[in-house]
Amino acid sequence: MTETTKAPLRERPKSPHLMTGGFGSPLLWRWHITMATSILHRVTGVGLYVGGLIAAWWAISLAQGPEHYALFKALMGSLPGKVVMFGLTFAFFYHLANGVRHLVWDTGHGLDVKTANASSVMIFAFTAAATLAVWYIAAITGAL
Amino acid sequence: MTAGYRTPLSRARGLGSAKHGVGHWISERVAAIALVPLTLWAVFGVLRLAAGDYDFAVAWIHDPLNAVLIVLTIAISFWHMHAGMRVVIEDYIHKPLSKSGLILVSLFVCGLAGALAIFSILKVALGGGAY
Repeated sequence: MTETTKAPLRERPKSPHLMTGGFGSPLLWRWHITMATSILHRVTGVGLYVGGLIAAWWAISLAQGPEHYALFKALMGSLPGKVVMFGLTFAFFYHLANGVRHLVWDTGHGLDVKTANASSVMIFAFTAAATLAVWYIAAITGAL
Repeated sequence: MTAGYRTPLSRARGLGSAKHGVGHWISERVAAIALVPLTLWAVFGVLRLAAGDYDFAVAWIHDPLNAVLIVLTIAISFWHMHAGMRVVIEDYIHKPLSKSGLILVSLFVCGLAGALAIFSILKVALGGGAY
């Protein structure tokens, strides 16, 4: 036998996935709060990637002059803009809190199931409280 | 040593640890730790900037403390964005060319947007805006 033939290799065993037979098939695992916090860290990270590009656009518009800056502020101050900013506020506080939890996990602490479940609930509570607090401050300081 | 456990084929391919893993892992954590205080400060900044107009923003950037902190926030954020997006791409895209291509696109997007943003901040901080 030579190694030069391009015969397909036998399917290698795969680790269990969320889905057994692709999207639309029944969930292999029961949804759990730590699963939700894990995937939400990635979702919010990708969202904040877009948020970072919006921040760069803010800086560029400022350097381009008052008209460009006024256009940026008008777009971000519109209803769709505010919805995006609200989503980014939520994504930021979630990613921040869960990121700190990841740093704690990196030290080897808080990895047992009970602590991980409790910290998951705390992260959602913190995210909700911090998001609402920032938007309350925005409302009373005239930032809306 | 560890080389003794490798098969002849593995040695011939020359693949394996590049010995860069620990340094890469630590640099990701250092960036993440730095972003905790920087981004919390940035939220405070966004609240003030949202309430102000163009002149307020220019005056705000003229403060050296604000200018330096925002440049640091932007630089470390874009590095963190690239590092994070890279992990997401590596986990979900398995075709080597698509994977490398997407990582390269993300690197260029972060590099270009970060450079434009930092240059813009410095222009306003040093030159007084577009007057």
